[in-house]
Amino acid sequence: MSHPKAATEFLKDQANSQWHDETLWMIRDKRDASSKSIPEWEELRNLASEIKDNVLSNLDKYLEQFEAQALKNGIKVHWAKDAKEHNEIVLSILQEKNCEAIVKSKSILTEECHLNPYLEKQGIEVVDTDLGERIVQFLQQPPSHIVMPAIHLKKRDISALFHDKLQTEKGNEDPSYLTNAARLHLREKFLASKVAITGVNFGVAETGEFVVCTNEGNADMGVHLADVHIACMGIEKIIPRRKDLGVFLRLLARSATGQPITNYSSHFRSPATGKEIHLVLVDNGRTRQLAREKFKNSLKCIRCGACMNTCPIYRRSGGFSYGSTVPGPIGSILSPGLDMKKYSTLPFASTLCGSCSDVCPVKINIHEQLYEWRQEITKHHGTVGKGLSMKLASGIFKSPLAYQFSGSLMRKVIKSLPESVIYNPLNIWGKSRDLPKAPKESFQDWYKRNRHE
Amino acid sequence: MKKEPHIGLFIPCYVDQFYPQVAIATLELLEKLGCKVSYPLGQTCCGQPLANAGYERDTEGSSLHFIQLFEEFDYIVAPSGSCVLHVKEHFPNHPGKEKSAKSIQKKIFELTEFLTDVLKVENLKGTFQKKVGYHSSCHGLRGLRLASSSELNIPHFNKAKQLLTNLDGLEWVELSRSDECCGFGGTFAITEEALSVQMGKDRLADHLSHEVDVLTGGDLSCLMHLEGIAKREGQKVEFMHIAEILNQAIR
Repeated sequence: MSHPKAATEFLKDQANSQWHDETLWMIRDKRDASSKSIPEWEELRNLASEIKDNVLSNLDKYLEQFEAQALKNGIKVHWAKDAKEHNEIVLSILQEKNCEAIVKSKSILTEECHLNPYLEKQGIEVVDTDLGERIVQFLQQPPSHIVMPAIHLKKRDISALFHDKLQTEKGNEDPSYLTNAARLHLREKFLASKVAITGVNFGVAETGEFVVCTNEGNADMGVHLADVHIACMGIEKIIPRRKDLGVFLRLLARSATGQPITNYSSHFRSPATGKEIHLVLVDNGRTRQLAREKFKNSLKCIRCGACMNTCPIYRRSGGFSYGSTVPGPIGSILSPGLDMKKYSTLPFASTLCGSCSDVCPVKINIHEQLYEWRQEITKHHGTVGKGLSMKLASGIFKSPLAYQFSGSLMRKVIKSLPESVIYNPLNIWGKSRDLPKAPKESFQDWYKRNRHE
Repeated sequence: MKKEPHIGLFIPCYVDQFYPQVAIATLELLEKLGCKVSYPLGQTCCGQPLANAGYERDTEGSSLHFIQLFEEFDYIVAPSGSCVLHVKEHFPNHPGKEKSAKSIQKKIFELTEFLTDVLKVENLKGTFQKKVGYHSSCHGLRGLRLASSSELNIPHFNKAKQLLTNLDGLEWVELSRSDECCGFGGTFAITEEALSVQMGKDRLADHLSHEVDVLTGGDLSCLMHLEGIAKREGQKVEFMHIAEILNQAIR
């Protein structure tokens, strides 16, 4: 479904869309308060942006350094050029360990690779252990937000779902009660799982360690109870030095939820005795994006989700309206790089208001990239009608005479037509908006009469 | 004696066609402030609607025409943030005209920033006895930086507020969401009609809940969208471009 269609659907339930807008705005508000409590906030953003620029310019070097250090630490390193290879690598590790059930903490990368359905097809039970992720998994939905996967649901939806899946009391919407039920349910899964999968927030080239940030501690619980830890990491998640973490950890949680720091920022460096750590480094279109001069710095993203919370479109159309793993403004500049045709409406799902760029902790020029994707998309997938009318307009704007003629014609048409004709269903502007009253003369005409010698 | 700077008045196409009174107010205001202003005839459109719709490559003709019309002026001033931003950032390359294009991009100003930054207007004397809500257009705000955006942790400033609050009797309203987009967005208003209208309704509601008499701003495209919704809903709030308020007040 195209974005406009999905957004129109979402807006039909007025009360729900208003609630969605207000809920996310509240998070943006918290982010504002939190970021403004730090006088050096803008300096931190500059630093983060420059560190990531450095990483993207030297990615090959840092990746080799990271791999060498990780190997030295006893981590097994795998390279996957695409989603398919990534999934196969994970499966082969599971098969080697005769593992039929795994726990997984939040990882947008494994969503991007569609790992869950792949493993389930092979008869492996996958349990997402992040509370929000478990909720959408029960509903067989993808996450609607990269930080708050179930933000589109209300307490009463979750109460009904848990009553069905976890036999909680009917109608009990108390968040503590529901969370506790999920905790008990997940504990069994944690205890039974020999392999745990996590994502990676930061890979430190200097030391070969990686850092996983969560609020619920579910990544740690999974990893520490399992014999094997598989960490799946996009190759752009590298940072050069451990001390750079100070910059990113301060920005990440404040941008995401307004918290000073994630509850757990766990470092994994080498496996405990008798255990294994596997690190899967995934490209899946990232080097292609890196080669696109105008779009490469989209790879700076640290997945905080702030651009979603601030986006007036995302807040009023919901994460599913984008139809891509990463929704919202950042998703709209990443997804066309993966499949321009499929995601061709996303760069147009924006007013280019620029709030995403100003809120971004690593200063990605998101709205400028949306503009640039539009220029690319119209070259390849411009709809004929739109292309034609634009060509016509460009001809008119080139020529002052043609412009004056069509302008005065336009004013006359608006003046002389009855309202029923102007506000017909084909006039999309007029469905819910009046048109300005057409004046009797243009400024150009007025100027000629009043000022021109 | 230094030659008096000559200002070229740039009136965006839809202002020329639908809001001549705003163009007149801009001209009169600049004249009242002692400027020598001319409006070069034969202006068309800067090309913004095309470029934002993904057809920047088709704006070569219109931008070249713009450069030729305006290159002789010392300054170019327009009552529109978004059109000025387009000229500054999205003019395509014209081989042989790079110097003119660059110079135009340096000397073009949105009206309020021209008043505060070039004319250095500090004490506008005038009266406007109304409660005013200001809509910050996104291209003016985050593109031209006419005010500090709410996302950034920088000292607060707002060029329009600086001018308006000079006026006696004017009550400036702080909105609940100080600078959220109104949802106009050029072709977005048509291609994403449902979202565009919802965003406009929400913005309008913020102003109405603060009981503003007049809703103003620096970009008529936003105001046209918001006024269109207000009219359809039968709201009584008045819409004026900031040039109209200033020109009327310092009569």
